[in-house]
Amino acid sequence: MSERPEPRAMASTTEPLPAGAGAPAPASPPTVEVRVPPRSWRSEVRAVKIVWHRELIRFQKDRMRIVTSLVQPLLFLFVLGAGLQQLSAASTHGVELKTFIYPGVLCISVMFTAMFSAASIVWDREFGFLREMMVAPVRRSSIVVGKVLGGATVASFQGLILLALAWAVHVPYSLTLVVGVFALQLLLAFSITAFGVMIAARITQIQSFMGVMQMIVTPMFFISGALFPSGDLPNWLAVLNRLDPITYAVTPMRTLIFNHLDISAEANKVLNPPITWFGWEVPIALQIFTVFALGMIMLGIAIVEFNAGD
Amino acid sequence: MPNPAISVKDLRKSFGDFEAVKGVGFEVDGGEVFGFLGPNGAGKTTTINMLCTLTKPTSGQAEVAGYDVVAAKDDVRRHIGLVFQDPTLDGYLSAEQNLRLHAELYGVEKHLVKPRMEQVLKMVGLWERRGSQVLTYSGGMRRRLEIARGLMHSPRVLFLDEPTIGLDPQTRSSIWGYIRQLQQQEEITIFMTTHYMDEAEFCGRIAIMDGGEIVALDTPAALKEAVGADRLRIETADDERAIGELGERFGLEATVSEGAVSFAVADGEEFVPRLFAEMNVPIKAVSLSRPTLDDVFMSHTGSTIRDAEESSAKNRNRAALQAMGGARR
Ligand SMILES: Nc1ncnc2c1ncn2[C@@H]1O[C@H](COP(=O)(O)OP(=O)(O)O)[C@@H](O)[C@H]1O
Ligand SMILES: [Mg+2]
Repeated sequence: MSERPEPRAMASTTEPLPAGAGAPAPASPPTVEVRVPPRSWRSEVRAVKIVWHRELIRFQKDRMRIVTSLVQPLLFLFVLGAGLQQLSAASTHGVELKTFIYPGVLCISVMFTAMFSAASIVWDREFGFLREMMVAPVRRSSIVVGKVLGGATVASFQGLILLALAWAVHVPYSLTLVVGVFALQLLLAFSITAFGVMIAARITQIQSFMGVMQMIVTPMFFISGALFPSGDLPNWLAVLNRLDPITYAVTPMRTLIFNHLDISAEANKVLNPPITWFGWEVPIALQIFTVFALGMIMLGIAIVEFNAGD
Repeated sequence: MPNPAISVKDLRKSFGDFEAVKGVGFEVDGGEVFGFLGPNGAGKTTTINMLCTLTKPTSGQAEVAGYDVVAAKDDVRRHIGLVFQDPTLDGYLSAEQNLRLHAELYGVEKHLVKPRMEQVLKMVGLWERRGSQVLTYSGGMRRRLEIARGLMHSPRVLFLDEPTIGLDPQTRSSIWGYIRQLQQQEEITIFMTTHYMDEAEFCGRIAIMDGGEIVALDTPAALKEAVGADRLRIETADDERAIGELGERFGLEATVSEGAVSFAVADGEEFVPRLFAEMNVPIKAVSLSRPTLDDVFMSHTGSTIRDAEESSAKNRNRAALQAMGGARR
């Protein structure tokens, strides 16, 4: 990077000693005294808000990231969807494959964006900015909460872009659809970001962090049934599928979308079977709550971890 | 401003079984510019980190702006500004956004954010560039911005860890300009570290640190005075013989460095004529210098600051290897 000194800086740098004496102090503005108030819940809220806001500003400036993180979901949706269509036509009861995997793809896109959002805390450490936040006179929990909420918001914005593609996979728009999908995306993004930030408290190198995240998130995504119905799975896979938290984000998402489709009951039963625990049908609300509760637990762990560190 | 602004008693910090700070104690008055001078690895940053609540002391006590650094962390943080040795700006944000973020984190009253920002950015000459992304800034501009940010919340004590390291002479001197200006304009105490000898001269008082200990603490002038001796460098036809003669005749210990024989002697000006009168080895040139902080460092530690850096670099490499063995930093 080239040195680009300011004209003003040049003028005042000739002499290290007495400023103000000979050097024409360029119309120095009057001293403004500010005061830092003692810590209060209001200062914590301000801290959460600004950390959250920073994530949004950075996302908005990072156009490249918006584009690159669309590649993967689009491949799933249109390449995989169209390619496998020929094989699956018989078993989808007239529902197009891309329509079927659309809810799953909405989830993937959010998951991977949330992972990158969480990685930003590792970058912040690498570039030192984490320290600037850590020495501020606010609780570290405020920083962590702001970070997780920011990451979640950014990831769900990314999800909104994919929501715009609903027409291409023949899902009709409605207000409840848009609001519902956004809410579910926000929830999933929150939990994944909390998970990532929790991991980031311990793994401080960006390469290892991305490695670990890929290693954990990719299998979770595959097992979750984002790309296949979770009805008649082999036993071992059914067990893993029920243990995988992502399942409880994908199923509500699929249910929400399928409720907006005009498809046969038969198709719905095959493509969107209810999740069962030992034969008991798990209510959608409980599934959603599971994802939320896990997110909160991981956020809690992340806060404890960051409080413990130097 | 509570007096003293900083008060430290027997402060220690160990990393594992390595003691990085071995019981330091000092006081800094309100309004003072106080310097920590020492080679890399002396423990300056570790001390600063303890004073600004980033690292918990292993033992000992420290108060900053009247608050205990362990018991009243938040109160300490409210009253200090920090410029770290390593950069901590968000490069994707503009200068203005970086400062706003800081003001929000510190809870600066909303209507004062703008005028305060204008003041600090004008001081460091970055007001016109406030809208540019920090990534586009040069190293010197970034450092100036960090100083401005450290001042955003009108701290009582400003900590500067090696504020001029790696900067061009021009930026270095402008940073010293700001420090002078601050002293005049705001009620602020400045605590800084440096390993540049020439800069330590600008401090009101300096503590010389080596191997985790303060080996001397006073005003630069008093420290130099205390060394007593002047430094003489002579160029001779035969350095070996000259050293021998200096030892025999005057009982002086001389060494050869950078092509000249160099030694310390009290009242150098009066000694020079004797030197010419009594030495048999032809002397080609002579130069006399008053003690510098280098000599002060030398007289307290027995090595030059540069030698001390080299030996500590070896230690650091060892520490780095050990650190790589452990998974967690
Ligand atoms: N987190 C740490 N873990 C282990 N050793 C450390 C750590 N921080 C500093 N040290 C060691 O403590 C010594 C003092 O370091 P530091 O305070 O950074 O010195 P200075 O700032 O004077 O160059 C060095 O030997 C360094 O390797
Ligand atoms: Mg240091």
